[in-house]
Amino acid sequence: MAHAAGRPLPHRAMRYLTIGLFGTAIAALALTFASPASAEDIGLDEFDNKISGLVELADEPLGDVQLVVDGGGFRVEVVSGDDGRWAVGVPERGGYTVTLNEATLPEGIAVIDPELEQPNVRTITVGQSGSAVANFFIGQGPRNTTSLFDQIIDRLFNGLNFGLLLALAAIGLSLVFGTTGLSNFAHAELITFGGLITLLFGVTLGFPVWIAIPIAILFGAGFGWLNDAVLWKPLRRKGVGLIPLMIVSIGLSLAVRYTFQLFVGGDTQQLPGATDTTLSIGVFGLSWIDVASMGVSVVVLLGVAYFLLRTRIGKATRAVSDNPALAAASGIDVDRVIRIVWVVSGALAALSGILWAYFRPGVSWDMGFQILLLTFAAVTLGGLGTAFGALIGALVVGLFVEMSTLIIPSDLKYVGALVVLILVLLVRPQGILGRKERIG
Amino acid sequence: MIDWVQIISNAAQEIISPTTAAYALAALGLAIHFGFTGLLNFGQAGFMALGAYGYAIATLTFGAPVWAAILTGILAAIVFALILGIPTLRLRADYLAIVTIAAAEIVRLLFTTNTFVEVTGSANGLQGYKGPFEALNPIPPGQYGFGPWVYNEYDWWVRIFGWTLVALAAFITWRLFKSPWGRVIKGIREDEDAVRALGKNVYFYKVQSLIIGGVFGALAGMIFILPRAVVPSNYQTSLTFFIYAILLLGGAATVFGPIIGSVIFWVLLSFFSGFIARAVEVGWLPFLTNIQAGQLRFILVGVAIMLIVIFRPQGIFGNKKELAFVK
Repeated sequence: MAHAAGRPLPHRAMRYLTIGLFGTAIAALALTFASPASAEDIGLDEFDNKISGLVELADEPLGDVQLVVDGGGFRVEVVSGDDGRWAVGVPERGGYTVTLNEATLPEGIAVIDPELEQPNVRTITVGQSGSAVANFFIGQGPRNTTSLFDQIIDRLFNGLNFGLLLALAAIGLSLVFGTTGLSNFAHAELITFGGLITLLFGVTLGFPVWIAIPIAILFGAGFGWLNDAVLWKPLRRKGVGLIPLMIVSIGLSLAVRYTFQLFVGGDTQQLPGATDTTLSIGVFGLSWIDVASMGVSVVVLLGVAYFLLRTRIGKATRAVSDNPALAAASGIDVDRVIRIVWVVSGALAALSGILWAYFRPGVSWDMGFQILLLTFAAVTLGGLGTAFGALIGALVVGLFVEMSTLIIPSDLKYVGALVVLILVLLVRPQGILGRKERIG
Repeated sequence: MIDWVQIISNAAQEIISPTTAAYALAALGLAIHFGFTGLLNFGQAGFMALGAYGYAIATLTFGAPVWAAILTGILAAIVFALILGIPTLRLRADYLAIVTIAAAEIVRLLFTTNTFVEVTGSANGLQGYKGPFEALNPIPPGQYGFGPWVYNEYDWWVRIFGWTLVALAAFITWRLFKSPWGRVIKGIREDEDAVRALGKNVYFYKVQSLIIGGVFGALAGMIFILPRAVVPSNYQTSLTFFIYAILLLGGAATVFGPIIGSVIFWVLLSFFSGFIARAVEVGWLPFLTNIQAGQLRFILVGVAIMLIVIFRPQGIFGNKKELAFVK
């Protein structure tokens, strides 16, 4: 802190200094990525459930073979030991895929199984015993490689799907921020709520899923309205400042999240059809659920755009975002607009939660909290309080998170998006679509 | 029946526990950021993680002595504060909130990833760094204390070290805010433009405040890991929220508020958790399982944060005129 005590550096120089600091950090990261993690046992102390296996070729153990265990939003990479053994702890029971990276096998060796299309990928279920074994048939044969082009297309669609569902949540958050100035940390619980209600109606009560989903969206809208009616409207009346409101939303988020856990427990549960492999289309790793998810997102986002641009109440919403006092003076019922914004925001968040439950896949008590920061990143990237900025920001974040896994380890994919958020704030603090006057 | 003596004795132990000291120190750092300067730092968990990992990695990987390990943690916090502060302190308050919360998550994810497993221990974390600190212990082996507070020599050493740091930090904070520097900082909280009009460089005062509070956070992270292991999942965003709860409870713009707040917070939390767990065991609360009883504490903290902010924003010891909530 030498220059703080002495003469200040010019601002521009400080900015370059920061970019330099970031650059060095990122370069250091890139260097470290070159060396893979080497450990045959990962997370066994931390988690109760275990997936293990033995990699061998004609009874000879194979060491240093890389495997990826993936499922329920959890992903870990492991390398087999000199005795060919590997084991990973996994957080929950349920379905996992284990992928053996054939590039790490010795020359001329591959996973062979004529009955499977992708023999190096194995789907297993961790059941009541809390452990499962994944072994592969290894022998001489051609490798099952996915070309780089296919990988890119696969990630692109995944990113688009994720970005679109993130946009549904981000637009709601952004509308609330625009009209009330509240940075609502409890938005995560609106997202989770959608997933939980679908689970309640679709699984526990056994309704068909096409009825359960609209019910969940209605409940989400109601929950949004309840948030405003019980808490935020009285606080607005009381004239509580924006920063206290933000802290209240943090308290609300904590209380509601653990109330969810109190009711549904810590497990991840699947919505109907979420892990159904027969729904796969067969190209680019897409399933019909992904296609439906993207289709629903696009239709709903177009609907929101129409609402904001063409309807009276949508125009009123934008007017309140722009200048509440002026909007009130020109005869707009600001409280009514805010109430509608909360209802819309709750419904959009619930839908986003349902799609997120299919994307992860699984419903759990903290699923919304897992993407809350990315939602905030999307809103900030696009420009705080601009609805269309949130859409663009969400697509950027979604694509970046998924595409970056081509280069960086997948357990760091959220880091990439958050670093981008900070870097964008450095050069364009008002966000992509924001106006400069908003940041001062 | 319910063993009241056990519950009360467990709660009384929290009064001097190292965890209470660590949270008090972290909250004091946050008081400098939020209470005195008006900076919305939501990344205090990141500062604590850097202190904890800085200390543990310096000891384990580089074999550094205790003073060098502490210095490593402090340096990490200073660099982190600069990276956070330089781009964002010029912007509106909520930008700093989003950037700090994101940066703290980046720190946690970098410590959790398998990529750096040899240095950070990945999700399992680190242990076995206590040797050099234990070697400095002047207390001869044995059990000391009275009533509920009977500990061995290492436990006492951790407590003495932790609370000495808290006392030093409180003294430094008290002196700082009686000085002209402190008055400028409070002026920034009240009206940035007025301070700027007096010719002060608001930006650099804010950076300095972020660094001092961040260093307190890093030291808190070190106290936090002395009685346990370093585990990355301890440094989630909810850690920051707990510290905010403590700060708001005691009073954001006070020196002793965060410390007393931490003691009250942990004693009440221990008492409440102990009571609920026993009550479930004897069947007073038939609709709850023991696991669910453990989750009630988080709900309680959440509700407490909301109630304090709405009904007593100045906290227990705060002065209503000195609110960080000017805008």
